[in-house]
Amino acid sequence: MPDYLPHTDADVATMLAFLGLSDIDELFSAVPHALRLAGGLALASGEPEPDVLAHMGALAGANRAADLVCFAGAGAYDHEVPAVVRALAGRSEFVTAYTPYQPEVAQGVLQAVFEYQTMVSRLSGLPVANASLYDGASSLVEAVNLGAAASGRGTVWVSSGVHPHWRACLRTFSRGSGHRIVEIPLVDGVSAWPHDPALRGDHEPPGVVVVAYPNYLGCLEDLAAVRRIADAHGSTMVVAQDPVAAGLLRSPGDWGADVVVGEGQAFGMPLSFGGPYLGLFSCTMAQVRRLPGRLVGETVDVAGRRAYVTTLRAREQDIRREKATSNVCTNQTLMAVTAAIQLGWLGTQGLAEVALRCARGTRYLRDGALGMSGVSPLTGDTPVVRELALRTAVPARTVIDRMAAEGFLAGVALDELTGEGGDGSADASAAEHGLLVAVTERRTLAELNAYLVALEKAVRP
Amino acid sequence: MTTEVPPDGTAGGHDLPGGREPGGRAPGGRAWSAPLMGRAEEPTLFELSEPGRHSWQLRTTGVPEWSAEELLPAAHRRHEPVPLAEVSERDLVAHFTRLSHRQFSVDLGAYPLGSCTMKYNPKVCDTVASLPGLAGVHPAAPAQMSQGWLALLVELEEALCAVTGMAAATFQPAAGAAGELTGLLLMRAYHEARDDRRRRVIIPDSAHGTNPASVRIGGYEVTTVPSDDRGCVDLAALRSVLDRDVAGIMLTNPNTLGLFEEGIEEIAAAVHDVGGLLYYDGANLNAILGVVRPGDMGFDIVHLNLHKTFATPHGGGGPGAGPVAVGEHLVDFLPGPRPVRLLHEAQESAASNGTGAAAYGWAMPPRSIGRVHSWHGNALVLARALTYIRVHGGDGLRRVAERAVLNANWLRARLSSAYDVPFDRPCMHEAVLAASTLKRRYGVRALDVAKRLLEEGFHAPTVYFPLVVDEALMVEPTETESLQTLEALADAFERIATDAAEPAGAEAAHAAPRTTPVGRLDEARAARVLVPTFDARADVGKQGASGP
Repeated sequence: MPDYLPHTDADVATMLAFLGLSDIDELFSAVPHALRLAGGLALASGEPEPDVLAHMGALAGANRAADLVCFAGAGAYDHEVPAVVRALAGRSEFVTAYTPYQPEVAQGVLQAVFEYQTMVSRLSGLPVANASLYDGASSLVEAVNLGAAASGRGTVWVSSGVHPHWRACLRTFSRGSGHRIVEIPLVDGVSAWPHDPALRGDHEPPGVVVVAYPNYLGCLEDLAAVRRIADAHGSTMVVAQDPVAAGLLRSPGDWGADVVVGEGQAFGMPLSFGGPYLGLFSCTMAQVRRLPGRLVGETVDVAGRRAYVTTLRAREQDIRREKATSNVCTNQTLMAVTAAIQLGWLGTQGLAEVALRCARGTRYLRDGALGMSGVSPLTGDTPVVRELALRTAVPARTVIDRMAAEGFLAGVALDELTGEGGDGSADASAAEHGLLVAVTERRTLAELNAYLVALEKAVRP
Repeated sequence: MTTEVPPDGTAGGHDLPGGREPGGRAPGGRAWSAPLMGRAEEPTLFELSEPGRHSWQLRTTGVPEWSAEELLPAAHRRHEPVPLAEVSERDLVAHFTRLSHRQFSVDLGAYPLGSCTMKYNPKVCDTVASLPGLAGVHPAAPAQMSQGWLALLVELEEALCAVTGMAAATFQPAAGAAGELTGLLLMRAYHEARDDRRRRVIIPDSAHGTNPASVRIGGYEVTTVPSDDRGCVDLAALRSVLDRDVAGIMLTNPNTLGLFEEGIEEIAAAVHDVGGLLYYDGANLNAILGVVRPGDMGFDIVHLNLHKTFATPHGGGGPGAGPVAVGEHLVDFLPGPRPVRLLHEAQESAASNGTGAAAYGWAMPPRSIGRVHSWHGNALVLARALTYIRVHGGDGLRRVAERAVLNANWLRARLSSAYDVPFDRPCMHEAVLAASTLKRRYGVRALDVAKRLLEEGFHAPTVYFPLVVDEALMVEPTETESLQTLEALADAFERIATDAAEPAGAEAAHAAPRTTPVGRLDEARAARVLVPTFDARADVGKQGASGP
């Protein structure tokens, strides 16, 4: 009977006797007999750990993708995760704690999150960052909720350069919030914002304007133009920032963003089949009382010692209940702590170096790929940073299948990314022939050259 | 049981008898963590920073070393790097190790935080979550290249359906609250598909705060029903608010008072009679594993907190996982794409050897509400949960529930003379006690009891929740604490109550905790003079204290 239960038979007997019970089933006397599960759960018997490990190992072994050299991105990147980050983030004091409801015995997590908030704030260029949300998409949904509350208008202009899955989440949650989501198409990889005449008629001006920087096709958007739109309509400007590219780029706060969100997976989290990842969220001080999720602040204890505590708690669901503007409770604290450790490891120079190396690898791949017949740019001459979209002569999915045989995860097929609910950014055939490729600092020149050789073969009809 | 808490918290007071406990039991399990935790301030990483120091080491790539100027247009380039800390690897390790010493955790000692199910997290699950074949898979990898993950998800879905008595599940919600919102959107989609617009969702007054918040964000209005004097939903009050405008009801069963809703069959029938749906908040599922299933109680939608019931670590406040399981009539609305089995089992082995077609794939439910996560949910958390379920099996999960309920009832009975017991009948996995008498007689409140427990080396229970109980102390020992630990915990609780009767004891309770890394915090100041970053501290220093 494998389990982790400490009770001996004698313990159980002692405890039942103390309770005046003769059988453990009597503990469940409040459960109506008619409802009780007869015959037990329809699950196999328990297995000892080594047997379970063998099973899980076999499942892991059936994932061929894990053995491929990764050129896929689309919001999930193969960055370096050093031994020191894995060791520190794996410390069981961080792993097996819960929400710091008792700050006197939770200073470790609280201070780590305070340091994380500081780092996220410096990346975004905005003064306040929360303690994390679930992932990039959930940060975007919360940002739109905040932005609509701040402007008082639920019409949301979302660039189609925002990750397709994030936009899908926005559409899902708009059924509850009632927000009207207007997706702005891309031309040559950047948002084609409507001119003012498009606002005539019965539509209200946008309460929120959302843009990604760089966008999911890797392109650099004109944030000054987005700020002008926000100023013209009194809209909240939300920027979905790639926090690695941020190592090279002006911060969204510097461009005038009101809210900055992002996916923090790149900071110490393995690809993990999509989770757990990390929702980055920061905003201006003017919006701090609408900030979703938890916020750690510095204070002092009774002896005047510096200490940390979750603060502005009156915003949160457990206090405001039906008046809360967000329902977030458990977030991704361990991922925030991991990101703080990874950013501590990278430091000022390391983050800049990672971003620069990604951009160099992307340039090298772009130069090599665009010289081939059968490959053309999907986004014109628009500058890209760490990811690029190629148009391939054969469907992208075919390229990916062919290159898997050569040992590469060649990228992400755009039609599979956008296929779940339509996409304003490209016509169907462009999407089918669109291959999104990411080059991180881990990709060597030898890998890049081998990739290009394989790509040239794979795009032949 | 005369262990004294020394005022300085040194281990000197921890003079347990070397031999056996009364009753002949070994003296193990007396958690005493306070001396382990450092009590000096730890500087922030930014204060440890020295320009020019570094930890990072990146792969040698040989890629041409173009400059940023050659790669990016000037208008977009930042001119100074993002300022982060600059520390050596040795200093980085020391800093975060010292921080870890200022942190209580399940691995350190008993953590009877009610409603949170802080059970032991098996280490084998850490090993599974770090398998390169799981952790190294890109979420957009084609299904043919991620068959192991798809098989894992389908197996977990089937196991969770067996546990809950439901037909299918989604894994996208990343935590319980995300599961609630997903469930409410499913409720909305179900009614709207029948051209039925409903505006209200019913919630008991004892519910978690996430419930009403989720209802509002899901676009519904909250109708609250009171608890009766037995701590259960007041059936008459419920019937009086039920009509065809009610989309559904959200229930936690056992409820947040740790009591099983005895009238669940009547509640289900009444809600279904007006066309409403029943939503099961799985926060307290640990109590009923293998005993009774939400589906058999009449629930239509169930969320589970894998970080509670299935022992995935809480991570200091996440990552969790909040899968949502539904009955047959709601499967078509589930978020997607969903992992699905494509072939019969006989063909699977051939497929997994690469000798046949893929056995698993993705499918979008025909009337899906859409995506609720960037990818497929907190996948590595899901792998941990499946590991836990396979180790326990059906029998083991039932034992988990039995021992969890046994532990909670033992503690409740043992503490019923020292503390108030608002609902004096057997509880399920957690016991709600109260410090109302201690407060009235000696001015010692639930918060003081909690802080004294920290000195005793235990985590505190949940306090002031549920809101319907005055001075609530919500104690959930979980099944993984031994009888010795329960005795030590009960001794500590009793000592605190006994001491409170003396002026010195009451004073000590108000001053507690004194043996922890920091004492009680000035929480009002944290909100008044907001310092959410290291940089804000410098600003406050420059400008003097001023709020946002």
